[in-house]
Amino acid sequence: MMELTIFVLAIFLGFELITKVPPTLHTPLMSGANAISGITIVGALTCAYFTNSPFMANAMGFLAIATASINVVGGFMVTDRMLTMFGSKKEEK
Amino acid sequence: MGGAWFHVAYLVAIVLFIFGIKRLGKVRTAKSGNRLAALAMLLVVIGAVGELDARSPGQGVDWSWIIAGAVVGGAIGAFAAKKVQMTEMPEMVALFNGSGGAASVFVVLAFLATRLPDLPEGASLARGMGGWDTTLALALSILVGGVTLTGSVVAYAKLSGKVTSDAVVYNLQHPINGALILVALGLTVLIGWVLGPDAAMMVSVILALLALGLGVLLVLPIGGADMPVVISLLNSYSGIAAAMTGFVLKSPVLIVSGALVGASGLILTNIMCKAMNRSLLSVLLGGFGQTAGAASSEDAREYSDVKSVGPEELAMMLEGVSSVIFVPGYGLAVAQAQHVTRELGDFLEAQGAQVKYAIHPVAGRMPGHMNVLLAEASVPYEQLVEMDEINPEFKTTDVVIVLGANDVVNPAALDDPQSPLAGMPILNVHEARQVIVVKRSLSPGYAGVRNPLFEADNAHMLFSDAKVALQETLNELKETVGA
Repeated sequence: MMELTIFVLAIFLGFELITKVPPTLHTPLMSGANAISGITIVGALTCAYFTNSPFMANAMGFLAIATASINVVGGFMVTDRMLTMFGSKKEEK
Repeated sequence: MGGAWFHVAYLVAIVLFIFGIKRLGKVRTAKSGNRLAALAMLLVVIGAVGELDARSPGQGVDWSWIIAGAVVGGAIGAFAAKKVQMTEMPEMVALFNGSGGAASVFVVLAFLATRLPDLPEGASLARGMGGWDTTLALALSILVGGVTLTGSVVAYAKLSGKVTSDAVVYNLQHPINGALILVALGLTVLIGWVLGPDAAMMVSVILALLALGLGVLLVLPIGGADMPVVISLLNSYSGIAAAMTGFVLKSPVLIVSGALVGASGLILTNIMCKAMNRSLLSVLLGGFGQTAGAASSEDAREYSDVKSVGPEELAMMLEGVSSVIFVPGYGLAVAQAQHVTRELGDFLEAQGAQVKYAIHPVAGRMPGHMNVLLAEASVPYEQLVEMDEINPEFKTTDVVIVLGANDVVNPAALDDPQSPLAGMPILNVHEARQVIVVKRSLSPGYAGVRNPLFEADNAHMLFSDAKVALQETLNELKETVGA
């Protein structure tokens, strides 16, 4: 029940944080959120702690880490690239 | 275990994520927000490595496959992030959503594969570990994650034209989906309460396969122009799947971060639905293009009185104007015309005209699609104006140039209650003194509806690819003015 409480509170927090995002930031917000959803990498890492893991566990763990890393690395990098474009024009002008 | 240092690291990371997301919501602070979130993620990874090490003292973690996974995934992500063109951002975001969903499925399957063998003799999953809530979270994690994965792949295929972007509608669509969900429920009961370890593992994989199939079936019937809604929704799903994984692993940092992503995706979904005047349910049920197409076929009489112009005439119209508004749509992205648009805009500005860009919330194939494209072409942020702000300005504007947009400038949405578009908020370009619609043909937009704008008195069609047309116009202008 503790976890459910945290979940519900976090959803409300999310709504409060994100309302009124200007349309310009919709795409960066989405790709940034994408990167954050790579948080499953924690799950992938902490699942690995048992010894004598069967092959299935290692294979799934490898795939979990790989897919989560795509999100984390790709998501943050592409968001940064986009936001750099957004920021640079004012100085140019 | 409760006071270990990595729990502190997780808590700090949660706080950083919250600040990061908050800063992502303002143009000035967005970049630092993203970097703050990245820092939080680094902290989480360090914490997780520490937790892993602390939990398996002397048992030896096999780091090789962990590192291999991180290197392979990180390289793919970095390569994609560096190489992707801004016109391809919707496809890229779709694929990233998919890999987020996939990660949740794989984590839960890895969890099962490591934990199920330790179940006490004769106990089922729900009785031996976790109870009904863990079982449910486990099943949802697999189901939502799997749907996110294949749903995103189908969305990607539609966006990149690898499969038709039409709504693919088939008989029994809803009964089949309903039946699949019932089967998933049945499998969940089997996994939690009936089967022993080996069989439960097997059935979990079957549940994952079912989720993959369901994802395809859910997104296939949704047409291309509804993709902004679909991508936002899948974005939300990838967060929810992560949160469900957090329930399974009892990890607050996973639950909170997943919930934040889920909430942000839902907000965007809601904004997109409002901008199309459609309910989320009607988008999800799919087949919009189909029904609307049928309705408008009676209405498919020829356009009368369409005036067409060439780049030379457009150049003449633009000579000495005092205000110009560009209205970009998906056609601009297809033609990759963002750079030449900016060049033309800059040229007109140098001639003393006031230049603005009107952005409809669902122009393009992803929330904020046009903003990203124009930002790539270094259009100043101040010149991009939202729908509600710019609509009163069209009346006093000399020339509006519509670039590959159709439904979002269709006045039938305002004055024809029978139109499938009725009630959708549009850009009131028809109120301007002159409207030039740069478009390859008179073909209807996604909604399959004829656009009375094309035959309006103040409208001219320029039948061409947006990039070619604007380049020629610009050359023409430079010759006459610049010489």
